[in-house]
Amino acid sequence: MTKSKRVLISLILRLLAFGATVAAVVVMVTSHDSAQVLNLTFTAKYSNEPAFKYFVIAEGIASAYSLIVLFTSSQNSLRRLLLILDLVIAMLLSSSISAAVAIAHVGKKGNNHAGWLPICGQVPKFCDHVSGALVAGFIAAILYLLIVLSSMHFILNPLFL
Amino acid sequence: MASGNVEKLELSFSAVPDKPKKDWVLMSLRVLAFLATASATLVMALNKQTKNFVVATIGTTPITVSITAKFHHTPAFIFFVIANGVASLHNLVMIGVDILGPRFDYKGLRFVLIAILDMMNLVLASAGDGAATFMSELGRNGNTHARWDKICDKFESYCNRGGAALIASFIAIILLLVTTVMSISKLKPKN
Repeated sequence: MTKSKRVLISLILRLLAFGATVAAVVVMVTSHDSAQVLNLTFTAKYSNEPAFKYFVIAEGIASAYSLIVLFTSSQNSLRRLLLILDLVIAMLLSSSISAAVAIAHVGKKGNNHAGWLPICGQVPKFCDHVSGALVAGFIAAILYLLIVLSSMHFILNPLFL
Repeated sequence: MASGNVEKLELSFSAVPDKPKKDWVLMSLRVLAFLATASATLVMALNKQTKNFVVATIGTTPITVSITAKFHHTPAFIFFVIANGVASLHNLVMIGVDILGPRFDYKGLRFVLIAILDMMNLVLASAGDGAATFMSELGRNGNTHARWDKICDKFESYCNRGGAALIASFIAIILLLVTTVMSISKLKPKN
């Protein structure tokens, strides 16, 4: 594998990951819906729920990191540090998407044992928006996994110029 | 000239490569991580509390209903138990591979496989942690906007034991991160 191919592959992966994290942040932040139930307005925003706030913060950190790394040149000394940072960001992304999916599942299906009713019947637009953001977050987590795997492969087969 | 050849032969015979030293730091980290994940799994899996609630009063006799809180009522906790169980199994297998040494080597892929599996495990354990953390936060504080009541004021010891399992899992994640970084730093480039 030539050097230009390696640079191209890592650039494409990081660009896609940047796009996915930014999309997740934007779609989650713009999700809101309101419903009128018996003269009571019932507004649903992402900031009502700490898990979604954590999701937005984590994806924001990941997209800022992706942007910064896109603009650094890859030297051998930096590569191991980048690998470790990629690992930490992959961990952050996976925990945030998992937390958001857990809470969204309660919102969609409710929880009989705890007496929590599902809310997706009253605010369907909010639920669809949040599902879109979760899909983007899931893609971002998988892409970061691929980035870590490819970085490991590039460390194992260094090019001697 | 003959003595020179004998010296060269002796030098080449003494340059036998040593057996690779066992890495005790990595091994002890793995043992600690195994203990942490196993205890998180067990504490959450055996988490159960039953309480009697007075629902109504007919005349002078109160009607009580007993409600049980178990971990498998919530999919987030089920995922937490499964993820930590898989992580503890992985740590056990890795300890075994470390003890048995380099006999299990398949075309030199051993270190790569260990690094990749460590990374997958780290991601899985952190996912399980994230889900369980926010689910228990919801149980402790409720959510007024969605009209979800908190349950921790009624089931206190259930919540406390869940919190203990979460703390053990956080410690396990930190240990797994350090272990993964160490096994990645052991990867040496093929020459």
